[in-house]
Amino acid sequence: MAKAATSDSGTTASGPARDSSDQAGGDNFELRSLQDSFESEKRYTASQDELIGFYKQMLLIRRFEEKAGQLYGLGLIGGFCHLYIGQEAVAVGLQSALQEGKDSVITGYRDHGHMLAYGIDPKVIMAELTGRQAGISHGKGGSMHMFSTEHAFYGGHGIVGAQVSLGAGLAFAHKYRDDGGICLAYFGDGAANQGQVYESFNMASLWQLPIVFVVENNQYAMGTSVKRSSAETEFYRRGTAFRIPGIAVNGMDVLEVRRAAEVAFAHVREGNGPVLLELNTYRYRGHSMSDPAKYRTREEVQGVRETSDPIERAKAELAGMGVDEETLKQIDKDIRAAVAEAADFAEKSPEPDASELYTDVLVESY
Amino acid sequence: MAIELKMPALSPTMEEGTLARWLVKEGDEVSSGTVLAEIETDKATMEFESIDDGTVGKILVAEGTENVAVGTVIALLAAEGEDVSAITAPSVPAEAPGEGKEVGRAPDQSEITRKAAQERPKKRDPEIPAGTNMVTVTLREALRDAMAEEMRRDDRVFVMGEEVAEYQGAYKVTQGLLDEFGPKRVIDTPITEYGFAGIGTGAAMGGLRPVVEFMTFNFAMQAIDHIINSAAKTNYMSGGQMRCPVVFRGPNGAASRVGAQHSQNYGPWYASVPGLIVIAPYDASDAKGLLKAAIRSEDPVVFLENELLYGRNFELAQLDDHVLPIGKARIMREGSDVTIVSYSIGVGLALEAAEKLAEEGIDAEVLDLRTLRPLDKEAVLESLAKTNRVVVAEEGWPTCSIASEIIAICMEDGFDHLDAPVVRVCNEDVPLPYAANLEAMALIDSDRIVAAAKKVCYRD
Repeated sequence: MAKAATSDSGTTASGPARDSSDQAGGDNFELRSLQDSFESEKRYTASQDELIGFYKQMLLIRRFEEKAGQLYGLGLIGGFCHLYIGQEAVAVGLQSALQEGKDSVITGYRDHGHMLAYGIDPKVIMAELTGRQAGISHGKGGSMHMFSTEHAFYGGHGIVGAQVSLGAGLAFAHKYRDDGGICLAYFGDGAANQGQVYESFNMASLWQLPIVFVVENNQYAMGTSVKRSSAETEFYRRGTAFRIPGIAVNGMDVLEVRRAAEVAFAHVREGNGPVLLELNTYRYRGHSMSDPAKYRTREEVQGVRETSDPIERAKAELAGMGVDEETLKQIDKDIRAAVAEAADFAEKSPEPDASELYTDVLVESY
Repeated sequence: MAIELKMPALSPTMEEGTLARWLVKEGDEVSSGTVLAEIETDKATMEFESIDDGTVGKILVAEGTENVAVGTVIALLAAEGEDVSAITAPSVPAEAPGEGKEVGRAPDQSEITRKAAQERPKKRDPEIPAGTNMVTVTLREALRDAMAEEMRRDDRVFVMGEEVAEYQGAYKVTQGLLDEFGPKRVIDTPITEYGFAGIGTGAAMGGLRPVVEFMTFNFAMQAIDHIINSAAKTNYMSGGQMRCPVVFRGPNGAASRVGAQHSQNYGPWYASVPGLIVIAPYDASDAKGLLKAAIRSEDPVVFLENELLYGRNFELAQLDDHVLPIGKARIMREGSDVTIVSYSIGVGLALEAAEKLAEEGIDAEVLDLRTLRPLDKEAVLESLAKTNRVVVAEEGWPTCSIASEIIAICMEDGFDHLDAPVVRVCNEDVPLPYAANLEAMALIDSDRIVAAAKKVCYRD
């Protein structure tokens, strides 16, 4: 990985963390107030069942995305297709700490991995990728534009950074209705340089909106490395000017991600305003399917795969807990079968009916 | 059963490529992620990775082969536990799924028809009961009352924008709202149009009914991405799941001596976008009735006001709930010789022109479009059928304008009724100048409308 998640020493000019009155709203704002609490206990203690659950979800995303890449290669998926391979622990770890039916989620165009983590049926996601009637958007959205209001998953947005302001709007709605929900708004290290991100930071902090901003730092904005695009590469510090505390997290370890989620979500739920999480992660594939990824070496990618893979890590831990090889093999087999079924469904479902062309442009008739 | 490795499509447009180099040979063990080959597309050389674990059985396409069609089987892979030596090349070339395969496409695309105009519900302005008290109000008061009434009716409605609360509105349109509804529902934003347009749009997606005020629509260019990409398109892209009942409102068009950057009519811009409702009223009654309808609409609405009209007095019927139908034009003055189509501030100029024309014996009909999208095509064509002559008066640039659209409608669907070419009266095709004389030269006025009307009546 391009940098360690905990490269910062943990000290600030003003000393160690103070009590909660010194957080976002107070006079002595401390960027690292939450980081310190996170550092004190960095990994979530998962039961064997919980870890198996995380493992299954991550593996489902990995296998699904591999299959999507394959279907793209076969010409069944068109346009752009951004795979989530390598980043699985981020969505799975954060999602696991959300409260279903209460919280909302929004992300950018690299969205299929996220949708699987929220329990959305792989069949309707794959059918959207192949542009079929049975797809979650009836084939009218495609890989970058998927939504499931039923799961409070608000997209799936193709314009880099737009989801950050929209997410602040979802958080605004939570606060306005006083429904106790929070919004989880994901964006990448590339989007982190968009102006509207900071406009949203400002208002979210000013109005103490219940939102967790998540930078999924996969080290490359398309082909431009973080170092070549960003004056401040420690993204968790980027909320400082707006009094938003940040936490840097190793996004390749699902248990560390889960623990960071608990620290951040608790802070936001208590009405303290936004938190900025930086999840350091890595995508193994190109930015999209048509990216030859010549901006990094094969060795760099292979190195991350071999030393930091989130799925291999969870697998090793499960083995350590005494889960036998046979059980893990069976999980893989079941997931491969589910993905094959989704692909088959997506390939066989008919294209949208011609009448779909003019539906859903407007809700009402005028 | 051996796994077939097929020539992949590695870009949205790739149909064939060169198999540049094999990085594995027959008998090699591979796992998910192993680079198998390098493939040259029209754009780049790409690495082709295995997604399965197994042993390379047969390589079917030699390296260096050019023009390998996407979908061609290039190698066979023996899965774990499978006998590699038993793998042979298939005798019949495998069919590539998706390539010319039946995928359920409807045989005849001509079946696709637009929603016919007659399917649209015929909505009319509600009758004003006899004896209703008429009051004189400014346009600004009518807009404020519309918001206040809707906020009383529905607590999901809130107003946000620059200076809308404590300052009482940069143009005093939100005067008094903070006092009545408090800071939770009347929210001053920082000067950050892109951000707060996004927050308003997101809040609408989250189930609220935001009224987002732009101090002027000129500043909304900073926010246009959310109006179009987020608000207008998301319902469609989500297959109808994502509602976005937001109203973006504020003054639009030229004001007075504020120069080019503060003086533009965005009506044509927004009216070109499917998924948006665009309203541009002229008088207080329409402003109030249509703003209330806009706030109640399930669709995103761009509501274009006019600064020069804010202080103008109009008659307004005193009704409990004055709501008007979106998408319906209104005949402001009946006439038989020529139709003047206009909207917003242009309607006042058109009415003025009609008075002058009457003095010269020309009986002009004035049609106020009120809604620019969906445009009331039928009303335009009905009036054309009656007068056979059309002038379009628009305070805005002529190129790709609403006037252009009206002319296209008359050509496409009303050609047989035309006794003269349709003429448009628009602003001059220049950025609006500051100097008083140049500004007056650049903007439309009633004399130019009169001249155009006489021209189409062959009376010039």
